[in-house]
Amino acid sequence: MKFSKTSATALALILAASSAYAGCGISAGNVRILANDFDALGIVVDEAKTCAGDGVAVEANMTTEHKSLQVPALSVNPAQYSVAVVANNSIVPLLNEDLIRPLDDLVAQYGATLQDSQLIRIDGKVMAIAFMGNAQHLFMRSDVLAEAGLEQPTSYEEVLAAAQVIRDKGIMEYPLAAADLPGWNLAAEFVNMYLGMGGEFFAPGSAEPAINNETGLKTLEMMKAMTGFMSPEYMSYDADEMKALYLAGQVAIMNQWGSMVNAHIDPNGPAPQIGEATVLAAAPTVGGGSTPAAALWWDGFTIAKNISDEDAAASFQAMVHGIRPEVAQANPTGATWLMKDFTAPASANGVLGTAAAGAKAYPMTPYMGLLHTALGDELADFMQGTEDAGQALTDVEAAYRAAATEAGFIN
Amino acid sequence: MRHRDFFVFVFPSALLMLLFIALPIGSVLVQSLFVEHDRVLEVVKSCTPFGCTEETRVNVAATAALKSEAPLGKFNGLGTYLNRAHLATAELAEIFADNDGLGDIVSRIYNLPFYKALSFTLVYTFTVTPLAIFFGFLVALGVNTLPRLFKGPVIFLSLLPYVVTPLIGSLILYWMINTDGIIGTALQYLSGNPDLSLKASPVLTWLMLIIYGSWHMAPFCFVVFYAGLQTLPQDTLESAMIDGASRFERVRYVVVPHLKPLATFVGLILLMDNFRVFEPIVGFSSSAHATSLSYSIFSDLNGQVDQLFGSAAATSVLTTIGVIILLMPVLVRTWRDFNRKAR
Repeated sequence: MKFSKTSATALALILAASSAYAGCGISAGNVRILANDFDALGIVVDEAKTCAGDGVAVEANMTTEHKSLQVPALSVNPAQYSVAVVANNSIVPLLNEDLIRPLDDLVAQYGATLQDSQLIRIDGKVMAIAFMGNAQHLFMRSDVLAEAGLEQPTSYEEVLAAAQVIRDKGIMEYPLAAADLPGWNLAAEFVNMYLGMGGEFFAPGSAEPAINNETGLKTLEMMKAMTGFMSPEYMSYDADEMKALYLAGQVAIMNQWGSMVNAHIDPNGPAPQIGEATVLAAAPTVGGGSTPAAALWWDGFTIAKNISDEDAAASFQAMVHGIRPEVAQANPTGATWLMKDFTAPASANGVLGTAAAGAKAYPMTPYMGLLHTALGDELADFMQGTEDAGQALTDVEAAYRAAATEAGFIN
Repeated sequence: MRHRDFFVFVFPSALLMLLFIALPIGSVLVQSLFVEHDRVLEVVKSCTPFGCTEETRVNVAATAALKSEAPLGKFNGLGTYLNRAHLATAELAEIFADNDGLGDIVSRIYNLPFYKALSFTLVYTFTVTPLAIFFGFLVALGVNTLPRLFKGPVIFLSLLPYVVTPLIGSLILYWMINTDGIIGTALQYLSGNPDLSLKASPVLTWLMLIIYGSWHMAPFCFVVFYAGLQTLPQDTLESAMIDGASRFERVRYVVVPHLKPLATFVGLILLMDNFRVFEPIVGFSSSAHATSLSYSIFSDLNGQVDQLFGSAAATSVLTTIGVIILLMPVLVRTWRDFNRKAR
C-alpha cells in the first residue's frame, strides 16, 4: 500500500514535470506566429505549439503569402502576429518600417540555448534569431553520371559539358533544369549566377543599380546556355516543378533548394530509387571564379514591436523552445540547422559545402527587393530569345529605377 | 413623377453608389498622385551566421518623422503616370526621335511594360468579345431546336464553362496542355513535332488564352440569347416561312434583328469583363508572354518585399479611363436611343 502511494506520488511528479515541460516555463501570454510554408519551418512551428496550455495560447499561420501579409499585419497596434518568421530578404521590409523589436534583453534572459552565431545583429542590436541555413546547390543523379562515364561537375562550364555528353550518349535529351519561371524564381537564378561571377548589384553607397556591365552580360549568357539543355518549357519551372521532373527521372543535374533535400531523397517518397542515386554537392562555380554561384540564406524569427512585453516574452520563449538543440537532433535531415551540437548528416552537405566554399549571403539591402522584382519581370524576354542581353539589362535598370524612385530610394 | 418623389426614390441607390463607387475611385485618384517620401539611408554593421558586412539600411526614426509630417507621402503630380512603368512619355519621345523605321518603333514600344500589357488586353478584349457572342449565339440556336426532353440537361452542360471559377478552369487547361498532358501530347503527335510546346511560344500562348476566354464567356452569351429566343415573334417567323425563307434567311432577317438590343447589352458586359482579364494569366503562368493591366496592378501590390501603391493606383485610374473609352460608343448609342424614344 505504501509502495503504491510512493509510486503514485512519483507518477504525479513526473506528470507535473512533463506538463511544465510542455508549457516551456511560460506563465502567460499569446503567441501568434506568421511563417512561410515549407517542411523545415513546420517542424519548428509544431514544436513551438507544444507550449500551448495553462494561459498560454499558440497559433500559427503558415502561408507562402507571408511576405505580403507581414507588413500590414505588424503595422497595426496591437500587431496581428507576435512572431514573424523571416529570411534575409523578408526581414528587410520589417526593418524598413520599424516593426520588430531588438531582442538583446530577451536573449540575455531566455536565450541560454542559443549560439552567438545564430544572432542576427544589425548596428549592434539583435533583431532576429536564425535557426537554419539554406542555399540552392547541386542535386545530381550518380547513376546517370556513371552511365555517361562522367565525374561530378563542380563548375557551370563542367555542368554544360556533362549535359552535352549525356545528350550525345542518348541517355537524356534534356538533362538540366533550373527555376526559370518569370518572377521571383528567375530573379533568384540571376542573383545566384551574378554573385558567383563576383558582381556587385549597386553602385557603392547608393541605390543606383550597377548590373548593366560585363559581369551582367556573362551571367545572362551562362543562364541562356543552360536552357539549351532544358525541355522547351523551361520558362514555366519553379522549384516544385523541378522536384516533380527530377522525381520523374527527367533531369540529371540541377541547382535545387537545400531545404527541399528531404522531398527528393525520401525513401518513402514516389521515387526511392532516384533518391538513392542522388548525390548532393556545393553549388557550382562559374567563369573561373572560386565562389559558388548561389546566395546563402538564413531563416529565423523576429518579434513584433507593437505587442505587450508579456506577449513578446512568451513568444520569444515559445520560439526558443521550438528551435532548442533537441529539435535539430530529432530531425537531422529536416534542414541545415544552425543550433548548438548539431552534427550535420550527409543531406546537409550541399548547403554546408556551399557556405564553406565562401558563397555570399543574399544582400539585406533595403532596395534589393525592388531590384529582384525588376529582374524577375524584365529578364523573361531575354530568356525566351526575343531580346538581346544588353537590352534586357537596360530594361531591368530602367524598371528598377522607376520603382525605386517611387519608393523614395532614388531622388 | 414629382422631383421630390424622384429624389426620395433614387436617394438610397445614389448614396450607395457614392459610398462604394465614387469614394474608392476618388481615393485611388488621390493616391496615384503621391509617392513615398525620400528614405533616409545609413550604413551600419550587420552580422549573420555567414559573417559580418557593412550594409545599408533605412534610418527609421528620420523616415518616420518625414512620414508623420505628411502621411500621404510626397506629392508627385502626374509623375507616376508619366514614368516608364506607365505612359513612359520620356521613353516614347526618345523612340520617336531616333528609330530605324516602323518595325523598330513597334517593337520598342511593345518592350515598355504598360504598352505590352495594354496590347494583350486590347487584343484579348476585341477577339474574345465577338467570338464569345458568335459561339454563344450558335449554341443558343442549336439548343432552341432540341426536343423539350433534352433541353434541361443540355442547357446545364453548356453552362458549365461559365460556372467553373476562371482560376480553376485555366489551371486545369494548363495541365492538359502541358507536354505531358493529354492536349499537349496530342498536338505533338498531330504536328509531328516532339518539341512543340504551347507554353514556350508567345503566339501560341496568346491563342490559347483567347480560346480559353471564348470557352469561358460563350455560355454567358448563350444564356442571354436563349432567353431572347423565347420571345421571338412567332407570326413574323411563320410569315417568313410562307414567303419561302430558308433557315439561314430566317436567322439573318428575323432572329438577328430581334436579338440586336440584347447583343448590345451582352457586348457591353463582355467588353468590361474582358478588359479586366486577370485569372487566366495567373492560371496559365503566362506572365512572360502576356500580361494585362489588371495583372500589372496585381504585381505592383504583390511585389517581393515592397508594395507600390502609387503605381498600382495610377494603373487603376488608367484602366478606368480605358473602360470609359471602350464603352463610349455603346453609351452614346444608348443615349441617342433614349432621346429618340423620349421624343
